[in-house]
Amino acid sequence: MIGVAKYLPLLASSLRRKRLRTFFTVASILIAFLLYGLAQSLQYALKSGVDVAGADRLLTMHKVSFTQLLPASYESRIRAVDGVVAVSPQTWFGAWFQDERNQFPAFPSDPEAYLRIYPEIILPEDQKQDWFADRGGALVGRAIADLYGWKLGDQVPLKSAIWRRMDGSDTWDITVRAIYDLPEGGDTRQLVLHQEYFEEAKQQAKGLIGWYVVRVDDVSRAQAIGKQIDAMFANSPYETKTSSERAMAQSFVNQVGNIGAIISAIVAAVFFTMLLVTANTMAQSVRERTSELGVLKTLGFSNGGVLGLVLAESVLVTVLGGLLGMFFAWWIGIQFASTLEQYLPGFRVSPATFLQSLLYMVALGVIAGTVPAWQAMRLRIVEALRRD
Amino acid sequence: MSAAPAASDARAIVRIRDLVKEYRRGTVAVRVLDGLSLDIAQGDFVALMGPSGSGKSTLLNLIGGLDRPTSGSLEVDGLNIDQLTEGSLGRWRADHVGFVFQMYNLLPVLTAERNVELPLLLTSLDREQRRKRVAAALQLVGLSDRAKHRPRELSGGQEQRVGIARAIVTDPTLLLCDEPTGDLDRKSGDEILTLLEALNDEYGKTIIMVTHDPHAAERAHRVIHLDKGTLSEDHA
Repeated sequence: MIGVAKYLPLLASSLRRKRLRTFFTVASILIAFLLYGLAQSLQYALKSGVDVAGADRLLTMHKVSFTQLLPASYESRIRAVDGVVAVSPQTWFGAWFQDERNQFPAFPSDPEAYLRIYPEIILPEDQKQDWFADRGGALVGRAIADLYGWKLGDQVPLKSAIWRRMDGSDTWDITVRAIYDLPEGGDTRQLVLHQEYFEEAKQQAKGLIGWYVVRVDDVSRAQAIGKQIDAMFANSPYETKTSSERAMAQSFVNQVGNIGAIISAIVAAVFFTMLLVTANTMAQSVRERTSELGVLKTLGFSNGGVLGLVLAESVLVTVLGGLLGMFFAWWIGIQFASTLEQYLPGFRVSPATFLQSLLYMVALGVIAGTVPAWQAMRLRIVEALRRD
Repeated sequence: MSAAPAASDARAIVRIRDLVKEYRRGTVAVRVLDGLSLDIAQGDFVALMGPSGSGKSTLLNLIGGLDRPTSGSLEVDGLNIDQLTEGSLGRWRADHVGFVFQMYNLLPVLTAERNVELPLLLTSLDREQRRKRVAAALQLVGLSDRAKHRPRELSGGQEQRVGIARAIVTDPTLLLCDEPTGDLDRKSGDEILTLLEALNDEYGKTIIMVTHDPHAAERAHRVIHLDKGTLSEDHA
């Protein structure tokens, strides 16, 4: 390491030779890695939902689309299926607070069943009982409570973009009765209302719910139980399609993942362009320094040493630009965390992405520098010194 | 073919025998050096003169191990350098030869002290040892106060002094100077020649200097003329 460190002033001075050219080259690399960092952060955010989704939970929804409703009466029939531990109806509430842009996931559900289905929820016992006891109460995720400054006992006028109350109002007054946490990495950006209160107060679609969340006792039987549930409602006006929560999350990610693939293709194209830019810069730099490289060889630098110097210079450029790009990607993730939290929780540069980017920086530097370094290595001293 | 001009009584540090160097220009072989034989004594100060294209720089390059002869033998300090591999030749140059160029050939982005330090990067000296050696070399050429200056902030004469400091910082056996005053005014040129004289007289450095300038050649102990690939000699 010390052996290499003594060459750093020599390498760094090469970057100062043509400052404007170095600036543009580093800037192009910066943008390439910024795009890469943002694209990877997006993928990370999309995939994080899949990782936390339970394999022992099934979602039963309308066979046609999850926007089609199902009868509330299905609940007892599903509960009767062998291997089902708990069932809870859920409906997309379309909640927002104060401003329509402040949307977050909210579902009416059966409180006790809900907590049986999601045992990972961390909730103090007294708050749990308070929520069970108050039909107008809500279970609120820590992220939402922190975002809007809600505290236990607060009355919140929640708006629904979909559901109206019997009096025609779209405002649903709820009381914050419990605030839950999740183990590290879990998304607490959710609110749960009482299904009973929702059913009684809503103006339309009486007796209908969005979908059912089902917890099974044995993961290995989950698929069979899903088939059994669907078979029960086959040939009815409300046929169902049951799949595991993880499969649902994955299928969602796969749909959005196509966007990710497009972004990845764009980033790859940018990387390739950047590779050409860096290679061109290095080739120009070596051409301009032919006599200097001749001097280094005259002083005793070996062919391998000159090759190493040019390669190291190329890697220095890509690592410098790359680190700046990844820093800005990380910074954007931090700066816009609260804004993105609503749509892309977990949007950030992960340690794995950062390590991968380091590998790319070095690899791109080596590839871009290979031809110029080879040319520098093969320079004959006498010819190099003649070129001034 | 020319006979080997005799070295002084001192041990010959450079022994050249029947040295031939040919270049290919298209399909034609051009003989630049035609069977030269020459001894140069340790501690000598030799001026190598001759018209353009006479092969002065070619001979200097061969002695410095920058190029390889077509035939003949070339021995420096007892070592047959024409037999060395490319890698060994590089290490040998780093240890035994200091080069001074007409155009100074300093790296413009490095300060004077960083330029002087360059040959020391190839040694096992640590940072502090390198710093001391660089300071001593710059002091010897009278440029201690210009250590942090870049070449463009120095005069031609000062640049050449930095070049000389770089050449002597490893304490080489041989100092090879290719037209060291060729790009300088008379006053600066004289200062450089005085410095070379001092390195020869006080530090015992063997110096071989290619020059067109008879005034510069006067400062050498021995003047060798090269014309059409063969040698003749004046005695200073």
